[in-house]
Amino acid sequence: MARFSFIGRRLLQLIPVLFGITVITFFLLRLIPGDPALQILGQHYTAAGAVEVRHSLGLDRPLWQQYLLFLQRLFQGDLGDSITFKQSAGSVIAERLPPTLFLVAYAATLAMLVSIPAGVISALRRGGIFDQGARITTLVGFAMPPFWLGIILILIFSVHLQLFPVNGYGKTFVQHLDHLFLPAATIALGFSTIVIRTLRSSTLAALASDYVDTARVKGISRFSVLRRHVLRNAIVSVVVVFGINLAFLISGTVIVENVFGIPGVGTLLVDSVSTRDYPVVQGVTLIFAFLVVTINLVTDVVHASLDPRVALE
Amino acid sequence: MNPGALLLEHFETRARRRHGRVRRHATLIVGCSVLGLVIVACVAAPLLTAYNPETLDPLRPLAPPFSPGHILGTDQFGRDIWSRILYGGRIDLLIAFGATGVTLVAGTAIGLFSGYVGGWIDSVIMRVVDLFFAFPFFVLVIAIVAMLGPSIFNMFVAIWLTSWISYARITRGHAVVTKNREYVLAAKALGYRHSRVMLRHVLPNVVSFVLIFAMVDAVGNVLLGAALGFLGLGAKPPSPEWGAMISDGQAYILSAWWLSTLPGIAIVIVGVGFSLIGDGLADVLRADG
Repeated sequence: MARFSFIGRRLLQLIPVLFGITVITFFLLRLIPGDPALQILGQHYTAAGAVEVRHSLGLDRPLWQQYLLFLQRLFQGDLGDSITFKQSAGSVIAERLPPTLFLVAYAATLAMLVSIPAGVISALRRGGIFDQGARITTLVGFAMPPFWLGIILILIFSVHLQLFPVNGYGKTFVQHLDHLFLPAATIALGFSTIVIRTLRSSTLAALASDYVDTARVKGISRFSVLRRHVLRNAIVSVVVVFGINLAFLISGTVIVENVFGIPGVGTLLVDSVSTRDYPVVQGVTLIFAFLVVTINLVTDVVHASLDPRVALE
Repeated sequence: MNPGALLLEHFETRARRRHGRVRRHATLIVGCSVLGLVIVACVAAPLLTAYNPETLDPLRPLAPPFSPGHILGTDQFGRDIWSRILYGGRIDLLIAFGATGVTLVAGTAIGLFSGYVGGWIDSVIMRVVDLFFAFPFFVLVIAIVAMLGPSIFNMFVAIWLTSWISYARITRGHAVVTKNREYVLAAKALGYRHSRVMLRHVLPNVVSFVLIFAMVDAVGNVLLGAALGFLGLGAKPPSPEWGAMISDGQAYILSAWWLSTLPGIAIVIVGVGFSLIGDGLADVLRADG
């Protein structure tokens, strides 16, 4: 029961957040200095064109009406029209979403595969060679610019060893796995530096806890204690770290897509900035925020089901 | 015990104590040295290189590292890479300190005020903070830069607008706990003004946590500044900003690996320096209890 009321409460909390997100994204367009119509039209500026642009952006109405219009359109799934693509911004973004989601999921999976064993082994063999090696690796890995790492990986693995394609996305699932391996690994490396460090300290905390001592005193085998008492708690912290650092993953995706030429939302965002396609920039920001909020909700629910204390708070 | 042995023991204890202190501060010392060296090198760039970072030399393009006269080689326009890295470092360090410093002060002030005052003001500020956390930081920064127009200054504005929230949340959390401690209550009972209690009694207990986070944040800001330079949304091409240099060199990666690789190593060194200082501060804080 506690679990369901927890989910209910969590969904209710979502309403003001979603509302606030729309306010912030709405005001993004207001940051454009001077006349947005002039910015958008540039050298194609004509008085009639400017009136049309202002009207299509809703800029010819009072601010509160503009916001209500923005909300109304949003509920109809309308994010405005892309200036470059001459079609709705929503459909432009939706087209580019699959590679991005694939990349985020792929990177998260790779990061978990590496960091769960690495974090736990570091904690179990604290101060050992592995632990110290992991510490130095995470220290350097955290400071590496992802776009730079991506270029180096392309140079080594695509150009010299010819193991992976240089760029693109591929057509089938297997091709996606192949094309996106290096980009995903680039993001995963940065992400796992955070996960390894958190997992190491949470495992150390679990190892030092009274319940682990009790379990050992009861004569339960080392492996069993590790699996049922230490790892069980460490996994909970991984879920939390994942939720908190989701934004980090998405940021990594935006950068890495541009290095590897993946036709995702990240390349769309950067292209739209240079073409001044404001509605697309606004739409991408909004969709990413929704994505973060949704995935955070999921991680919270998973967290609560792994650790019943959370639902009772 | 004879006086000689006593004296010897005295010196031994003193040496051991000093040794312990050095060990405890080792990470911090190494971090400060690394970052200090980079700062000195970038500030003293004219003394360390004879080349102007933007002077072209059409006769010597793409010279590899350790070429005579060009220790780190030259780029496609014959510009000296060592001098570009030194002068470019000024921009990247300015981003690190300028972006982090402002948000550190502003965020801490807001968080301190929010946590100390409490009530509905606190609730409103914290809801705003939660709201900003719903956005992926990098995407929001790009969006703001997009609206304001791509430039280094607008990048600063974007970071200032968005990055204070982490500091506010950390400070607020600690301030809420600290404000009910006995010594804070005692200070209030003595009739000190709220501003004095906040700044002299609550803040000193919060500041070390904030500083540790600031070092992580500084690494993030260096990477962010370089990433925007790389994407063409921050520093513009002739400028030797490290991210922009990496982007410039990308086209030559097959024939001249050093163009992109070397500025990246510079970024890693600065990032490691900040991280070590953060880790070192955390070690010292733990040791002091």
